Amino acid sequence: MSVAYATHNRILTISLSGDIDHHRVKGLLQNLDQELDEVLPRQVVVNCSGVTFMDSSGIAILLRLRQRMEALSGTLQVTGLNEQPARVLRAAGLHRLIPIVE
Amino acid sequence: MRTVKYTNQVTLTFPSKSANEAFARSSAAAFAAQLDPTLDELGDVKTAVSEAVTNAIVHAYPDTLGKVELKLRLYPGNEMELIVRDWGVGIPDVEQARTPLFTTGNEERSGMGFTIMESFTDHLKVRSIPGKGTTVTMRKRFALRAGGGQHT
Repeated sequence: MSVAYATHNRILTISLSGDIDHHRVKGLLQNLDQELDEVLPRQVVVNCSGVTFMDSSGIAILLRLRQRMEALSGTLQVTGLNEQPARVLRAAGLHRLIPIVE
Repeated sequence: MRTVKYTNQVTLTFPSKSANEAFARSSAAAFAAQLDPTLDELGDVKTAVSEAVTNAIVHAYPDTLGKVELKLRLYPGNEMELIVRDWGVGIPDVEQARTPLFTTGNEERSGMGFTIMESFTDHLKVRSIPGKGTTVTMRKRFALRAGGGQHT
């Protein structure tokens, strides 16, 4: 798994790629928090087009981002979901909490 | 009780290290390949195994390393049984543990593990004895495809 950040006009794009599981997510939350503290974005876009596998560890990340963006009065959206991650998010009902953009 | 004899079986045993999560789900997918699965079905197997094995690694052995067993069995009718067993602390209240969003873990856990396992398989059974361990048994039926692929 790898993560890349890009900021433009306080819109933070977080590009995730590879397999997202508990093993690879350990430590990522802290990393995300630091990036958010630095940028204080008005919008976060999570680009998942490079994600090859995701389990509920990915849900924990998105719920955390949602919580942080609510505190910052900003918005959050998820883009580029492949089939398997999309089904995991649907099974957890996350599409009702976070806008998912094709 | 299941009376039908399985037609093929593999058992993997590994220590509860998080690096083994990827190994376990990839192994399950490789074993399932003989059922000629679709990509979606393979994704289902990988997801369910990843959740069950992660539970064992995170919750069964919170402060130590312990043994995790993944048993994969094929049955006639293109059915696969996935059994994840540990000898860890056990779950005091299985009903509660299966409730969506319930977790005893830290913020890295979403509490959606059992919900995902349920929606990605056809059947989920959890047996746990506090202090003795937990066995998660899942069953997944694969579509029969024209032109072969049925496991015999």
